[in-house]
Amino acid sequence: MKEIRIHGRGGQGSVVMAEMLAIAAFEAGKYPQAFPYLGGGGERRGAPVQAFARISDKAITLKEKIQNPDFVIVQDTSIMDIVDVFQGIKPGGTIIINSNKDKDEYKVDREDIKIYTVDANKIAIETIGKPIMNTTLLGAFAKITGQISLEALKNTIEERFDGKIAQKNIEAARKAFELVRGDN
Amino acid sequence: MKLSIGGVCKAGESKNYHTGTWRTFKPVVDNDKCIKCGICERYCPDFCIDIKEDGCHVNLDYCKGCGICAHECPVKSITMEV
Amino acid sequence: MKERISVIEGSMAVAEAIRACNPGVISAYPISPQTHIVEYISDFVADGTYKGRFVRVDSEFSAASAVHGASAGGARAYTASSSQGLLLMCEVLYNSASTRLPIVYTGVNRTISAPISIQPDHQDTMALRDTGMIQIHVESLQEAYDAHIQAFRIAEDEDVLLPVMICMDGWTLTHAFEPVKRFSDKDVKEFVGEYKPVQFLNPKNPITYGAFADEDKLMEFKYLMVQAHEKAKEKIVEVASEYKEKFGHYDGGLIDEYRTEDAEIIVLAMGSVVSTVRAAVDELRESGKKVGLVKIRSFRPFPKEAIIKACKNAKLLAVIDKSLSLDVGGILVSDVKTTFYNEDKKPLIASFIAGIGGKEINRKVVKDIVADAEEIAQKGKVEKDSIFVNLNTQFI
Repeated sequence: MKEIRIHGRGGQGSVVMAEMLAIAAFEAGKYPQAFPYLGGGGERRGAPVQAFARISDKAITLKEKIQNPDFVIVQDTSIMDIVDVFQGIKPGGTIIINSNKDKDEYKVDREDIKIYTVDANKIAIETIGKPIMNTTLLGAFAKITGQISLEALKNTIEERFDGKIAQKNIEAARKAFELVRGDN
Repeated sequence: MKLSIGGVCKAGESKNYHTGTWRTFKPVVDNDKCIKCGICERYCPDFCIDIKEDGCHVNLDYCKGCGICAHECPVKSITMEV
Repeated sequence: MKERISVIEGSMAVAEAIRACNPGVISAYPISPQTHIVEYISDFVADGTYKGRFVRVDSEFSAASAVHGASAGGARAYTASSSQGLLLMCEVLYNSASTRLPIVYTGVNRTISAPISIQPDHQDTMALRDTGMIQIHVESLQEAYDAHIQAFRIAEDEDVLLPVMICMDGWTLTHAFEPVKRFSDKDVKEFVGEYKPVQFLNPKNPITYGAFADEDKLMEFKYLMVQAHEKAKEKIVEVASEYKEKFGHYDGGLIDEYRTEDAEIIVLAMGSVVSTVRAAVDELRESGKKVGLVKIRSFRPFPKEAIIKACKNAKLLAVIDKSLSLDVGGILVSDVKTTFYNEDKKPLIASFIAGIGGKEINRKVVKDIVADAEEIAQKGKVEKDSIFVNLNTQFI
C-alpha cells in the first residue's frame, strides 16, 4: 500500500487532487481511498489544508490518518514556513514541491528523501489561465511515482471537468509530466 | 380502550368532554340589542356561538365562560353573569 | 441485478441511497460536515433525478419540523444534520419518535461546542439517545449506503414505526472517497417497497396528532415505545439478512462479531473506528494475542442479549467511547455495564475515553488500549472508572 499526503491552502484544490488521485488509481484496477484533514477550523480559503490518499492492491478498510507517507506533494511553498512538510516521510520517500527553484534549494536533514520540483504555478497560469495547480502536480506525480498513468489521469480529468476546461487541465498535467526535475 | 399508535385521535373526540363544567360566569345575550354581526362567533375560542336568524346562541355544554364574546361585542349585547 | 462500483464521496453514497428510496419530502439546512449530503441531493433536484419536494428551511428546528409534518401527512421523509444542528432538532425529534413517525435521518457525528470544533466524535447523537428514535452507527462508506436503504424498511415496519437515525462520523466517512458499490434505483425501490402509511392526516378521514395524556396514560404510552424497540431488534436483524440475500452485502445485524470465539479481550466500539480496530485485532492476533472485536451497530435499541452472547466468555471488555457523560464516564460503557450487572457470569469491563473532539484513534492507539486492558485483566480488577486515552497532560 502506498500512502500520499498533500499540503496546500484552502481553495487550491488539495481535496479534489486527492479525489482525482483515487479515481485515477481505481481506473488502473487498484483500491484507493482519499480523505481530507481540515484542522484549525478548516474549510476556510487560505487556511493550511492536508489531504490524503492511499493506493493498494487490496481493499482498504483503515480509517486512520496517514503518519508515514510514501509520497508528499506541496502545492504552496509558503506553507513550508508554518508546516513541516517533511515530517514522517517514510524512509526513501519522495516529496514533490511546486516551485520554480531547483531541488537543491530545499534543505532537509535526511538524505533518504528524494526531492523533486516542478514550476506548477507557471504551467497552470500559462495553460489553464489560473493558479490552480492540482492537475498539473498530478502530472508530475504520475511521472515520478508511476502510481497512476498519464492516460488514467487524463480520463479522470475528463470525467471531473467539462470540455475546454478539462482539455486545458490535461495539457497542464502533460507539461508537468515532461518538465518535472530532480532525482532520477 | 387501548392507546393508539402515536397517540393519534379521531377527529371530533373532544366533543365528549363537556368543558362547560369549568365555567364560573356565563354569557347572557340580549337579542333585542344584537345586530348579528358575527364578531362574537369568530372570537369564541371554543366555537360555542352560532348566529342564527333570531340572534346569537351560546352552546353552554362547551362555553368555558372566558368572556371574550362580551368584551368584543360592539353593541354590548352580551353580559357575563354568575 | 444492475450494480456499479466507482470512487465516490461518502456524502454522495448517502445521497444516492436516499434518492433511490425516493422520499416524498426532504428538508435541508446546511452544517458541516453534513452539508455535502444535502448539496448532492439538491443537484439531483436540479438534474431531475429526484422529483420529490426538496424544502430549504431556515434552521434545523424547521428542518426537523418540516419532515415531522410531511411524515404526519403521509409522506416518506428524510433530513440530515450534525452537531449543534442535531441539538436544535432535539425537541422535535422527541415528538417525532413519540408520534411514531417513520422518518429517516442522517446524524453526521461531530463534536459539540464549546470550544467550537468541526472534528468528529459521538457527543451529538448521544444527546438524542433518549428521544425514542432508533440509532444505527456505520463504519464505512459502503455501510453508510447500505444502512440508509435498510433504515426505511426498519422505520416503516408496522410493528416498529419509529424514526431511524443513521449515525456516521463526519469527515472520516462523509468526506472520504472510496469505491462504493451501488445498485440501480429500481432494485433499491423494490427492496424498500412503496410507502403505505398506517395513518396520516387526511381531510377525508380526519385524525389529530399530538393529543394530550395525563398520568394515567403517559407511562403506558412510553411502554408501547419500549415494545416497539424490542420489535425493532428483530426487524434490524431481519432486514440486514434480507439485504445480504438481495445485494450480497452484510455489515452486521444489531452487532457484528470479529474473532471473538476464543477471545480473552474483546474491544467494543461504534462507528468508523471499528475498521481500524479490526485491522489492529488482526495484527495483535498475529502476535498471538487472543483479542476480538464487537462492533455495536444498533445503539438504540441496545443489543443486550447479542452482547451477552458474544462476550460472556471473555475475561475483559475494553469499551471505546467517543462521548462523555461528565463525571460518570463513557456513555456506551455505562450501557455495557448495565447489560452485565445482573448476569451470573460477567467479564471485567474497562472504559476507554478516546477520540473526543476528533483525537486520532489509529492502530497504535488501539494496541495501547489492548495493552492496558491486558494489564487490568491480569490484576483481575478494574481500578479506574475511565481511562482518558492520550490525554495531553501538558495542557492541564
